[in-house]
Amino acid sequence: MAGIVGYGAYIPRNRIKVEEIAKVWGADAPSYKKGLMLEEKSVPSPDQDTITMSVEASKNALRRAGIDPREIGAVYVGSESHPYAVKPSGTVLAEALNATPEVHTADLEFACKAGTEGMFIALSLVQAAAVKYGLAVGADTSQGAPGDALEYSTAAGAAAFIFGKDKLVAETLHTYSYTTDTPDFWRREYQYYPQHGGRFTGDPAYFSHILGAARGIMAKAGMKPADFQYVIFHQPNGKFPLRAGEILGFSRKQIDPGWLVPKLGNTYSGSSPLGLTATLDISKPEDMILLVSYGSGAGSDGFIFRVTERIDEVRNLAPRTRDMLDRNKNYIDYGMYAKYRRKIRKAE
Amino acid sequence: MRDVAVIGIGMTKWGELWKKSLRTIFVESALLALDDAGVDHIDSMVVGCMSSGLFVGQEHLASLLSDYLGKNPVPAARVESACSSGGLALRQGFIEVASGMSDIVLVGGVEKMTDVTGCEATFALGTAADQEYEGFHGLTFPGLYAMMAVAHMHKYGTTREQMALVAVKNHDNGSKNPLAQYPFKVTVDGVLQSVLVADPLRILDCSPITDGAAAVILCPADRAKKMKKPVIRITGSGQATDTIALSSRKEMTWIESTHLAGQKALSMAGRKIGDIDLFEVHDCFTIAEIMITEALGIVEKGRGGKAVEEGLTSLKGKFPVNPSGGLKAKGHPVGATGVAQAVEVVKQLRGEAAERQIKGAKRGLTQNMGGTGGSSVVHVLEAE
Amino acid sequence: MPNPAKAWREYPQRYRFEAEKCTKCGYVAFPPRLVCPQCGNRKFTKTKLAETGKLLTFTIIRVPPKPFEDQAPYAVGIAELADGVKLTAQVVDCDFAGLKVGMPVRLEFRKLYEEGEAGVIYYGYKFVPE
Repeated sequence: MAGIVGYGAYIPRNRIKVEEIAKVWGADAPSYKKGLMLEEKSVPSPDQDTITMSVEASKNALRRAGIDPREIGAVYVGSESHPYAVKPSGTVLAEALNATPEVHTADLEFACKAGTEGMFIALSLVQAAAVKYGLAVGADTSQGAPGDALEYSTAAGAAAFIFGKDKLVAETLHTYSYTTDTPDFWRREYQYYPQHGGRFTGDPAYFSHILGAARGIMAKAGMKPADFQYVIFHQPNGKFPLRAGEILGFSRKQIDPGWLVPKLGNTYSGSSPLGLTATLDISKPEDMILLVSYGSGAGSDGFIFRVTERIDEVRNLAPRTRDMLDRNKNYIDYGMYAKYRRKIRKAE
Repeated sequence: MRDVAVIGIGMTKWGELWKKSLRTIFVESALLALDDAGVDHIDSMVVGCMSSGLFVGQEHLASLLSDYLGKNPVPAARVESACSSGGLALRQGFIEVASGMSDIVLVGGVEKMTDVTGCEATFALGTAADQEYEGFHGLTFPGLYAMMAVAHMHKYGTTREQMALVAVKNHDNGSKNPLAQYPFKVTVDGVLQSVLVADPLRILDCSPITDGAAAVILCPADRAKKMKKPVIRITGSGQATDTIALSSRKEMTWIESTHLAGQKALSMAGRKIGDIDLFEVHDCFTIAEIMITEALGIVEKGRGGKAVEEGLTSLKGKFPVNPSGGLKAKGHPVGATGVAQAVEVVKQLRGEAAERQIKGAKRGLTQNMGGTGGSSVVHVLEAE
Repeated sequence: MPNPAKAWREYPQRYRFEAEKCTKCGYVAFPPRLVCPQCGNRKFTKTKLAETGKLLTFTIIRVPPKPFEDQAPYAVGIAELADGVKLTAQVVDCDFAGLKVGMPVRLEFRKLYEEGEAGVIYYGYKFVPE
């Protein structure tokens, strides 16, 4: 049986409130907050990117896994904001963790689902006994076009998972992927900001795939919503995951521990993975957890985890997700945000 | 070893010399020194320059300058030890004459710093620090000295006002120096309200970016006697190195290389610090002068700030420091500074310092430093 | 523009804090050296720096060098790490007003600078408040 041996999160300290952004564009902040169920989001400092956050999240995962990093045989970083278009984030991460040179590395991209992609691949390699341990990271410093609705939610964060066959914190019982070609959100090469299909991103995109994957994996496993203690959905805003839960028959209590988006924003490839790290932080042995990610383009990866006794030994060996989310926050204004996110045109 | 004398000095006004190239600046000061010495023939040339490569893209400097001075084919060498390149050039010239290898040596220092932007100059100056473990992290020279200041203030209670008084004193002296870049006075309030460069150092705590050169002519002392010139001898020379990175120092608040170089120079001259009538030291930043006075033994460790407050190092004080205006008011064309310090001491010992003359000056000391104290060069000069 | 080789050579230090300890007097060399500056010995064993420490001094750089022009103002400090080694690095995630001699800090992986829009990205360590 393969599963999660160690997990770790990293969230930058800066935050910007929805009101701050709305003020600049003359938008109606209360209705954004109510409609999208968003309050504030994380903002990376100029010296942070997908690579730096992946390194810190992975170090936290190593602290919980308690393994020699040289035994990691595969490293995958899933993001849509890799610092280089050509030159992997994964090699910097592997070098920083001392997993090189006997390691396989690849960078992955699938909009917000690239993190769980890496998880799927790392898990599969472990199951196939091709590697002893596999590391998968979902990390993003996502960018929203100024004045666009997405600017309220695009945030930054990273979650890392080390998969293996021994010292499990959470067994992975089932996986299931549901994919179609659905152009709801995309970014062409050399474009700075993405584009999206407006309301088309709802039912035909997010809901179709989340519900497809959730129903698919539960059918495969012969389980129903009541069999789970917790469920985590991809969180582009506060409303969508709650509605998905409602449609499928999950309660708020099952969703709340992993529902980070109102205070975090959408960390894209880190979104559902961070929901998972936050949930693991408060879970108990024998808890069943359902994770369903979503990436535009489009697809969803489903995982079913069963938490083991080892969670009690490891949960406090590294910072908890909610602590990183709620403590030591540094609020910035829109000007500082625009400067940090390179939205200000400077001289050549 | 033979006795070595300084028989000629030359220096033009320092500042932002837009119309003059590096070669022109050097040659003008060198010609003044040759004329002052009354000699035309030299046996060798030593040039101090920190980075003609980064500032004007020119290496092979000594050869270029001997060419432009019309002195080919004399042997010419450029020496470098960051901001103590000038003092090092003086030392190398001294060694050549003292050893008997050469008779008449031209020692010149030069730096042309305004052909690059401010950020580029800050970077070039930063190459005196550890590039991979200080510079890589964004440190600058004001930043390094600011960290020394914070540590000194924390350990000894040195105050911002005491540091500002160094600038006030040196500008007061510099206002009497027609060759100084900034011959105006400043006030403590003026210093404390000037723009921040690296907390707590402000722009008026920092020596400026300057174009300039200085030159001296050295020869054996008995030849100087024959030439009927006032015989000013270099009686002591000392040099020492220390770690390049500030973080590797045993004590970040103490400049050991200056302490050792000073001891060597004084011991060679057979003098004690109390025998010296004036000091030209490396006040690249106000805190530097405070720490240098401690390292040289002018005051006890930790008392450098108090000493300036009490006027100990003013023009009329017991230990006048930087009568020329120091790097702060005179300017700091890096490679030239060490040579200009010798020029000032010689002027003082000849009685030619006019408004800033220290009465009856017979013995002077120059202290030139590279980086945060990675190199120090000290010379003692005496009149007969 | 320097070739990436210069920075790549320092990765074991900048990414993993690898240092070397003198077999004779215990001096920890970071970065590693061929000769111990304390006792002159030429033999070392491999070690790693401690990742926490206390600030000994600091400043705020307001006039930056190239290539840090975009970043000023930023704080830099020297900290004494838990193993006694003194290290220089930027101090981030901290209000300038909160910087104090003695402040506890920890090392975090961050970006140092980039060579423009198209050049190499240089990563390394910075201090964050512990």
